[in-house]
Amino acid sequence: MRAIFTTRKALPMAVCGLALVVASGCERPPPQSTQLGYRGVGMVEYVNPRILAAQHRANVVPAPLPAAVPVPTTAGSVYKNLKVLGDVPITEFTRLMLAISEWVVPKDQWVNGQGCVYCHDLADMAADTKYQKVVSRSMIQLTQRANSAWNMHVGPTGVTCYTCHRGNAVPKYVWTTSPGLAKASGQVTTLQNRLSPVPAFSSLPYDPMTTYFDKDTNIAITPPKPVRVGMATTVNTKQTEWTYALMMYISRSLGVGCNHCHNSRQFADWNQSTPLRTKGWYAIRQVREMNQKYIWPLNDILPASRKGPLGDPQRVGCETCHQGVYKPLFGAPMLKDYPVLGQPAKAAAPAAAPAPAAPAAVKTGAEVAPASEAKVTARAGTTEGVM
Amino acid sequence: MAEYQNIFTTVQVRAPAYPGVPHTEGQRDRVGKPIFSYWLGKIGDAQIGPLYLGASGVFSVIFGFIAIEIIGWNMAASVNWDPWVFMQQFFWLGLEPPAPEYGLHIPPLSEGGWWLMAGFFLTMSILLWWVRTYRRAITLGTGTHLAWAFAAAIWLYLVIGFIRPLLMGSWSEAPPFGIFPHLDWTAAFSIAYGNLYYNPFHMLTIAFLYGSALLFAMHGATILATSRYGSDREIDQIVDRGTASERAALFWRWTMGFNASMESIHRWGYWFAVLVVITGGIGILLTGTVVDNWYLWAVKHGMVPPYPPTGVPVPDPASLPGAL
Repeated sequence: MRAIFTTRKALPMAVCGLALVVASGCERPPPQSTQLGYRGVGMVEYVNPRILAAQHRANVVPAPLPAAVPVPTTAGSVYKNLKVLGDVPITEFTRLMLAISEWVVPKDQWVNGQGCVYCHDLADMAADTKYQKVVSRSMIQLTQRANSAWNMHVGPTGVTCYTCHRGNAVPKYVWTTSPGLAKASGQVTTLQNRLSPVPAFSSLPYDPMTTYFDKDTNIAITPPKPVRVGMATTVNTKQTEWTYALMMYISRSLGVGCNHCHNSRQFADWNQSTPLRTKGWYAIRQVREMNQKYIWPLNDILPASRKGPLGDPQRVGCETCHQGVYKPLFGAPMLKDYPVLGQPAKAAAPAAAPAPAAPAAVKTGAEVAPASEAKVTARAGTTEGVM
Repeated sequence: MAEYQNIFTTVQVRAPAYPGVPHTEGQRDRVGKPIFSYWLGKIGDAQIGPLYLGASGVFSVIFGFIAIEIIGWNMAASVNWDPWVFMQQFFWLGLEPPAPEYGLHIPPLSEGGWWLMAGFFLTMSILLWWVRTYRRAITLGTGTHLAWAFAAAIWLYLVIGFIRPLLMGSWSEAPPFGIFPHLDWTAAFSIAYGNLYYNPFHMLTIAFLYGSALLFAMHGATILATSRYGSDREIDQIVDRGTASERAALFWRWTMGFNASMESIHRWGYWFAVLVVITGGIGILLTGTVVDNWYLWAVKHGMVPPYPPTGVPVPDPASLPGAL
């Protein structure tokens, strides 16, 4: 009987096995590419139809509820304690409440076919006894603010509660400040160099959200002049790692590559970027506002189960809405069916202390450097200089 | 025919164990009784040992060991001494240089002090190993080409980890220790200074690196292909050119019009290899110290082709009226 595994065969078989292991980390073909920019410069968007189809199946919008009969009676004239939706017609108000229970209250929390009890005290529907009700009010304001003030990001498509919640009481993709992963006492946490999906499994910082979404930390790091004049003042590499980590988080959250927004030969140059970069710029500022003005003030009423290990609230990032898709829900226009959510937000956020006292476990290098006034453009390259 | 396609040698070099020529002090510092390995004989000489130790070699190994220990135990501490997490995340773990606010000062051990210390011991180890290569060459009466090639690599190492951080006034500009951390640092470094691909010295270093690989493949293939005529005795054939050299030379002359000689091909290989790190070191040294943004520098010097506009130009939102 001949041996199956001979020395002669062992090496080629080992090579084939290794190749299989390596290839198993790859995405199964076929990818499709779309040219975005000038030919030959790598401005190409890749999609895999198989993965795209799965994403489409996972991002189905619920059918809109039947339109409300227009009535002159406002909700505020019927119900008490309406601080945000008081001037909405009563029928539209009821329709929105029903929609919110569909969108936000998990089915296992429903009682007698209704989701009301998740937020409301059935003995007194108007009472603010449940924190869920106070949070909901704030979130309705947040949604109205997003749709009315952040058009540059959300556009006419807009957002609804469903964009983030998808039937969950707390959206699936929220974040809290990392206290730093386990380390020995006496070690200073660097918040990087660990296996983490946030910076796309690189060893870059794994909590860029706290640095950039709680605070207005400067993101732009590229020097705007070709040649340094005088002594070195910019110390840049560590700060770049933080910006890089944020960009990796955004890339993963949207399921896109760098050149969805940037031309990678000079990330900083707006003139070579795609128009989508503008949306991203506003989106980052919008996320900061949502966290600072709408979510942090709720922290005092949230139970511990809704907070991170450092006692900070679960907050919003790109992934919260986008969930791996470049346009949340592939751009399905839900807002047009619920125009109340597009009305300008009433200013008053809850009266709680507004200070987003970020529980930063460490001060990161990213927060040291000031924003540069000058901007990178190709024209700056032709300015005066010694070289 | 197929014997030359094999990655293993066809001849086992076997001779009685030979300690090497006596040097100025006889056999001093040579340790280990020679042994023979059949499998190492497949890829080189089957005789293992004796090994020359010497003061520079011994201290180089000790210092290198200390550096690796500092790095390794810091990595272990960063996962709270958990051996499983240490193994699982080994490629991600790192030892970071001090934060920018420390400049060139000496930080506490846990905030970059260990990094400085590991860097010191590693540098000492490398420099002592250089001394070893230089002195062994002198002792053997050979040229010091290897030592100077190694020195070229040390130049790049010192520029990246020591000289440039000194000029920038901050240890934080040096790379971390760690597998992925130093790779991520490299990517961030390029972006931080406006895209290193537009650095002409980076272009040169890539050309020499790829060129080295190409030359190595050309030379190896040429010698294997003509060794049946005796070109494996290539050193003899530098001055005593036989049919193997003639055929090798003709092959390249017929193929591309020019051929190296049995001597000059080694100069090609040597200079391509050392210029990889010499030009690379110059490129890194200029980055951030003289040139802040390599892309803009390349624009200024007409190196960057403009693209035709493909759509509406995108303004910087921060520059628009009413920007937040």
